[in-house]
Amino acid sequence: MSVHKIEVTINGKKYQEQVESRMLLSDFLRETCGLTGTHVGCEHGVCGACTIHLNGSAVRSCLIFAVQVDGQEITTVEGLAKDGELTPLQRNFIECHGLQCGFCTPGILMSTTDYLQKNPQPTLQEIKEMLSGHLCRCTGYEGIIKAIQKTVDENNHHYEAERR
Amino acid sequence: MSKVIGKRVTRVEDKRLLTGQGKYIDDIGTPPNTAHAAILRSPYPHAKIISIDYSEALKIPGVKGVVTGKDVQPLLNPFSVGVSAPVKYYPIAIDKVRYVGEPVAVVVAKNRYIAEDALEKIKVKYETLEPIVDIERALEEGAPILHENVGSNIANHRTFHYGDVDKAFQQADRIVKHRFHFPKYSATPVETYGIIAQYEESTDSYTIHANFHGPFVLHSIMAGALKVPSNRLRIIIPKDIGGSYGIKAGIFPYIVLCSVVSRLVGCPVKWIEDRQEHLAASSSCTDRVTYIEAAVRNDGKVLGLKMKIMDNVGAYIRAPEPACLYRNHANTTGAYDIPNLMLDAYAVMTNKLPTGLIRGYGGQETYFPLERIMQMIADELEMDPADVIRRNLIKKEQFPYKTASGGVYDSGDYEKAFDLLLKTGKYEEFRKKQIEARKKGKLLGVGLAVIVEPSGSNMGYITIALTPEERKAGLPKSGCTEAATISIDPMGNVNVRISTTPTGQGHETVASQIVSEILGIPHDKINVVAELDTATSAWSIASGSYSSRFASMGSSAVYYAAQKVKRKLIKIAAHLLQIDEDSLTIENGQIISKTDPSKSISIKRVAGSAHWNPLSLPEGMEPGIYETAYYTAQAEPPDDNDLINSSITYGFVADLVTVEIDPETGEIHILDYYTVHDAGKLLNPLIVDGQILGGLVHGLGGAMYEELVYDDKGQLLTGSFMDYLCPTATEIPRVTIKHIETPSPLTPLGAKGLGEGNTMSAPVVIANAVNDALKPYGVIIDSLPITPNKVWSMINQSTKQGVSS
Repeated sequence: MSVHKIEVTINGKKYQEQVESRMLLSDFLRETCGLTGTHVGCEHGVCGACTIHLNGSAVRSCLIFAVQVDGQEITTVEGLAKDGELTPLQRNFIECHGLQCGFCTPGILMSTTDYLQKNPQPTLQEIKEMLSGHLCRCTGYEGIIKAIQKTVDENNHHYEAERR
Repeated sequence: MSKVIGKRVTRVEDKRLLTGQGKYIDDIGTPPNTAHAAILRSPYPHAKIISIDYSEALKIPGVKGVVTGKDVQPLLNPFSVGVSAPVKYYPIAIDKVRYVGEPVAVVVAKNRYIAEDALEKIKVKYETLEPIVDIERALEEGAPILHENVGSNIANHRTFHYGDVDKAFQQADRIVKHRFHFPKYSATPVETYGIIAQYEESTDSYTIHANFHGPFVLHSIMAGALKVPSNRLRIIIPKDIGGSYGIKAGIFPYIVLCSVVSRLVGCPVKWIEDRQEHLAASSSCTDRVTYIEAAVRNDGKVLGLKMKIMDNVGAYIRAPEPACLYRNHANTTGAYDIPNLMLDAYAVMTNKLPTGLIRGYGGQETYFPLERIMQMIADELEMDPADVIRRNLIKKEQFPYKTASGGVYDSGDYEKAFDLLLKTGKYEEFRKKQIEARKKGKLLGVGLAVIVEPSGSNMGYITIALTPEERKAGLPKSGCTEAATISIDPMGNVNVRISTTPTGQGHETVASQIVSEILGIPHDKINVVAELDTATSAWSIASGSYSSRFASMGSSAVYYAAQKVKRKLIKIAAHLLQIDEDSLTIENGQIISKTDPSKSISIKRVAGSAHWNPLSLPEGMEPGIYETAYYTAQAEPPDDNDLINSSITYGFVADLVTVEIDPETGEIHILDYYTVHDAGKLLNPLIVDGQILGGLVHGLGGAMYEELVYDDKGQLLTGSFMDYLCPTATEIPRVTIKHIETPSPLTPLGAKGLGEGNTMSAPVVIANAVNDALKPYGVIIDSLPITPNKVWSMINQSTKQGVSS
């Protein structure tokens, strides 16, 4: 099995590693880099638990090989909070009871963070459709949807206040 | 902080889980030299293993060993199980495979990639046998037999007569009866099973890390299978488990398999199950056929019930089965006052995945026929289903209510909750809307269901699988015990250790709330340790998180441990302050005189004395502050008449669901889902509603989407998340939750378990709503899931006119 040298920036840090060509990005992040916040739930792209940001876009890390991210930039759930300060979305997950076992949560946070950057004012239906790429078996999704809606509302208030 | 119990406190677990710092089984690191296991599984539902050739697999660099059934058999006993049928169940096939996905060989290699490569090199020769997957066909004469030494496919059969059923049926104005089939579905936590197993030869002992969630009665079954004393099987559960909903009890055969593989290969072994393995070969609920007959008076009163229930437990009966048949034994008659009951119960083995705990365990199978037949009674008598329910509901003044089969419902006000449901759901108004809609060719329907939600299993209930004579041969089993330990360190800080192996239910938070209220310390300053270690934790055979037992049992253990600590702190403070114990109370980290607030001492100081200056303690008192409380509820073993109070507390759930069906496509649109709960005193309403919603959506899955489908040749057709459909955010209806609280008189905080109720009720209430919408077609929904395809076929095959259009 051939081995490749790759260099990748993860959460602002450079990693230079050797990987087999078949190594999944999810395994690379967890096993090689020790970033176990990215979870693996199905390895066939349905559950969404392994979602990360690749060059600013949410992608399933179980459907990408590590060699494909050579020279690219990645953010994982470990990279969301800065200096121990949770993002508004993370805080609202706490407020709205948007997580129970927490296993699906990192993927949902990554998808939602990306989505809200590109669609700051989604409707309820749009939020649900974005979320439908993730399986959560604990919450029935309601707490998650509330947390996202609260974040959207806060952003809108912020935006309104700035305009005034 | 004086009143924290019952508040919507946010969770102490959340921050770590939101920042990627959870510690799940796959995150906790492994001993040096750990190798990874991959499992070769049977592609056949029923076949003899002729030979296994793994010589080519061993040639792959990085492969450390291959283990087959023949290798492990000398080291293991078959798993014990609570029935008399002599089923020999090992964690890997020995000479015959009995379901698709059954382990046949294990490869151990440097990493999982290499181990999976090697699986492809193993050559297994099979001689296929005729499979059997249908419950009733498996009981027929001449059906293929799975276990030749058992002689039939029946793993357990018991018949129960309570009250005077014959008389009830003689007195009845009519008999309403039907056959129902509940489907086999799963729980699919997003985290699969995971195990790290290490054998130590010098002590002949096994150390296991696994996301096993109990019940810990299975610990002795595992030790028995491994032929070691139970203290040579140490099981450590990580503090974070990525969901279970019951299914992670079913990991235990794999714990034994990985243990023995570690021993044979000579290194620690890690195994993380993949999703396909999980769907094919972890566990599931039973599928069940029920023939139900109700003896009914013309005013809607049900005088008695007869039920023949047949649970499909899959290829092997595996502990804790046949518990699915009996977990709801005490509440077989649900929320109704029905004193006469006959039950004919079978556990049947077929060539499907073996079953086990799944959220609701047995409840959804029990209430599907019961609540469907109540609606059919209403239809037959041309009564409103709400009136039939009300006619039969147990009245407030009947509590504590003794059920026909031995249950004691601790508290409730079912009529009040049901009235609240009808009011909240605007039932009468919807009925009017429905009539108008039918005139316009629209199909609207409303379904009702009322159920009793048992929690905290009486560990004696499983022995109801045996006859009274068979039971006499063994130690009587009863009770429902949980333990908790609270310690205060020399700096006055509190650690709490629980044994309820939380899998997302926020036990750390609720335990900290309880301790906070009793010890007067802010809840976020309390450290709750949720890891369970069988070698060092206080635990009992009942420990774990199954049967919604934290709110009833776990919280009670925490409560009593905190009371013990409080008593000790006050004793020490009284001694140090030289005043009477009775005059002292705890407030804001201080132990303070109720009459003279100038007399006080901090908890920190008192705890410090217990550690740093034991000579200052009252004479005879042990130093340190470290208190364990074991709590058990009064729960008797089954009696000679097979009466058994199978659970400790009994909550109540009443559901009203409205649907609209598209007659062109058969698509079901849930307009509203109303649910009223009575789970006694609520400990944290924020967590409570989260539990209810999660359970409800799992029930919705069972009603409309989820099924482990096997074809008649025994092949699994839903082996990935592409085929096994879990509800996603777009499938979730609008849900309205209401609570009433009738505290349990049995638990110190008045709490009852919850979180499984709607998993039990959702399948039937949705079926009732859909059936109500389809009433003009004269169809009967008697199987699940209800898919658009099924609805469309029913509409189109109906000989009745349907709605005018």
